[in-house]
Amino acid sequence: MANTPLADKDCSADLQAQVEQAAEKNHKLNIIGHGSKSFLGLINDAPAISIAEHSGILSYEPTELVITARAGTTLTALKKSLSEYQQMLAFEPPAFAENATLGGTIACALAGPAKPYLGGARDYILGCRVLNGHGQILQFGGEVMKNVAGYDVSRLMTGAMGTLGVLLDISVKVLPEPQHKLTLVAKTQPGKAIEDMQTLAGMGLPVTASACFDGNMYTRIAGTESAINAASNKLPGDTTDSPDIWQQLREHELPFFNSHKPLWRISVPPLTPPLSIDGEWLYDWAGTQRWLFTEATADAVRNACSAVNGHATLFRADEELKRNAGVFQPLSTTLLSLHQRLKQEFDPACVFNHQRLFPEF
Amino acid sequence: MSQALFKDETPEINSDTRNELINRFLGFMDDESVLREDEDLFPYESDGLAVYRQKPPLVVLPETIEQVQRILRTCHELQVPVVARGAGTGLSGGALPLKNGIVMGMAKFNKILDINAKARTAVVQPGVRNLAISEAVSDLNLYYAPDPSSQIACTIGGNVAENSGGVHCLKYGMTVHNVLQVTAVTMDGELITVGGTAADTQGFDLLGLLHGSEGMLAVTVEIVVKLLPKPNTTKLLMAAFNSVDTAGDTVAEIIANGIIPAGLEMMDKPAIIAAEAFAKCGYPTDVEALFLCELDGTEEEVQDQLQQVDVLVRKNNATVIHIARDEEERLQLWKGRKSAFPAVGRLSPDYYCIDGTIPRRHLSKVLQQMNIWSQEAGLRIANVFHAGDGNLHPLILFDANVEGELEKTEELGGKILELCVEVGGTITGEHGVGMEKINQMCVQFNSNEINQFHAVKKAFDPSALLNPGKAIPTLNRCAEFGALHVHHGKLPHPDIERF
Repeated sequence: MANTPLADKDCSADLQAQVEQAAEKNHKLNIIGHGSKSFLGLINDAPAISIAEHSGILSYEPTELVITARAGTTLTALKKSLSEYQQMLAFEPPAFAENATLGGTIACALAGPAKPYLGGARDYILGCRVLNGHGQILQFGGEVMKNVAGYDVSRLMTGAMGTLGVLLDISVKVLPEPQHKLTLVAKTQPGKAIEDMQTLAGMGLPVTASACFDGNMYTRIAGTESAINAASNKLPGDTTDSPDIWQQLREHELPFFNSHKPLWRISVPPLTPPLSIDGEWLYDWAGTQRWLFTEATADAVRNACSAVNGHATLFRADEELKRNAGVFQPLSTTLLSLHQRLKQEFDPACVFNHQRLFPEF
Repeated sequence: MSQALFKDETPEINSDTRNELINRFLGFMDDESVLREDEDLFPYESDGLAVYRQKPPLVVLPETIEQVQRILRTCHELQVPVVARGAGTGLSGGALPLKNGIVMGMAKFNKILDINAKARTAVVQPGVRNLAISEAVSDLNLYYAPDPSSQIACTIGGNVAENSGGVHCLKYGMTVHNVLQVTAVTMDGELITVGGTAADTQGFDLLGLLHGSEGMLAVTVEIVVKLLPKPNTTKLLMAAFNSVDTAGDTVAEIIANGIIPAGLEMMDKPAIIAAEAFAKCGYPTDVEALFLCELDGTEEEVQDQLQQVDVLVRKNNATVIHIARDEEERLQLWKGRKSAFPAVGRLSPDYYCIDGTIPRRHLSKVLQQMNIWSQEAGLRIANVFHAGDGNLHPLILFDANVEGELEKTEELGGKILELCVEVGGTITGEHGVGMEKINQMCVQFNSNEINQFHAVKKAFDPSALLNPGKAIPTLNRCAEFGALHVHHGKLPHPDIERF
């Protein structure tokens, strides 16, 4: 059963042995948890190294806003512990399955609707223990919020899609759950909503999410009861009767996501007007993260994005299209070469997640 | 002040190389931008950590990105180290010049290039002062959040290099959380742009990696910062206690109650007395500890939270509870805390500021141990503490003119940092490692970790010419210091010579 909770277990030594062996024999490995995000990035057929059993919460200090857990710990388990103290992962990571792990969450660095207001995964990582491509177990950062000793390798690991090493244990900052939340809905058009969402974000109101789809702008506010009541009077729209829309949006469970076309994630600067690519659009993150179902060519999508200083990720598509078009927007020559040199310094034998992030390594 | 304790055994720059550099630099910079006379060089001999001094052989002051690229290419070709420098307010010797290298001062990069009020971003050059950004956008009802205590003088380029904090970090984060994009030049003269103004970026978080890299990976030439709307309301509550423990426990309870104050600053008795004598800000001086708790946000939210905090401090028997009546009094109460360093400076000919971070639950243990050491060494210590995030600044009072006192102070400082690591914290929360804490890096990290740091540098700067010798110790240095972090009783790299 995929959902059976696993017992706490430290598998560091076993994982280390697997990496040492692979490095020695020049084999490749695919790092995997429970596979909730295995659709993301290019897949290769190398054997898996599973962190799923390497799980358990190692420490949790609610008064210091920090939790440390093994990479295989599920988000569900983590959230359960946090909710006992009315705390949360403020970047609202999408799980895409009940057994999504903390390791995969940090490696993919995806964030939910709160991202423009409360930050993303990289803003909450405090420290990690990792296995590099030499099979060495290294610890960076720590369990304190301010720490500038040595280069910030923990942040470098966040979003690296496992290409630099295996995350073993991870410390993240957590925040208190707001006492109250309210979602307002107002009829609008994307062009206007993109402007309005930025205006609202600049007003010092307790907005924690804003999105536009189905001809509506949705705004979430959070805080103490009186603060919410006061803020709701200053915001457009009426209280919605479906407050779950943020979870549905985060987990791609809204009806919008029922499509067989390739799904693109578009990231653009604030106030970027709607782009002229045919397809179905959903505007999240105050208009800076957009979901697009389209049959347009990858070049058309990517060129339109780079023209506005944005980029496009082929988020969900069949393997053939992903392989031909690439998943992530290609880097400039200079940045690619810097990425390759860093990869070389962490994983010289290219053991981990070959081509998962970029086809060049 | 006496000389630094570390031994710099690098040879001085060869005079032919120095002349060659001067000639080449004068080919693309004017005469005043290539400083080479002693009287022009002396102002650059130290940063904010003035106990460490080294007159640089040469200082260049570029004003265009192209000049920065040409300077770095020239130095790369001639294999001459480069130390980039902002305002020189750093407190860890990160901008300490090298005998065999040049200093590149970024002071002429002092323009705010663009302000986008609606997107709440500003494009600034690295030599722009931290506070100047907030001043420039104040009329737009915006501000730049990180506020290191040197914000009146320190530059944003230096803030990126050190990942500077300030008193509002708990709620608003450090520099890395408030910068969207950095354009930088690598040692071979390549221009790179990391991060971006879009919602996020592709690939590795190089923007995060450059933050706090102490000028060792690339030289920042342009920065896009995030601006925040000014909070509608700000309130400050001061609470004083008869014990440091109770003050610390109260801080923990505030956070456990779901409140994230904008600032939460604690001081112990010696720091309170010094600050009050200096700033006459209205602190009670017959208490063991006090904290300033600042709440900001919408008026309703702040009122609700202020009430909650008030209940908590009363429950914990605060001896003084005072809410600033108005903006003037709020600033007055902050003035005491913000002038704690100069205030302590008046009590003693010299002071030495430590920058460890500890898990807050160990505060009492750490303070007790520090008291014991303080008495043993005969050196007084005053403590200011960013209580919200565990960043502790013990200020050791000493007199550098007393034979051996600086050495004793450095030894005490080192012991305090090692204690911070022992309780699960770190040797530096916001001031950086620089030259000052380089030995303690060997306590916090093992040799594989230190090697991985060197490998990161190698990816950016294979010939190790950007600010070499700072922040990351060599393994030989650690062996000499005798403090290589030992895991599971196994001495790493037994092949290294130890002396």
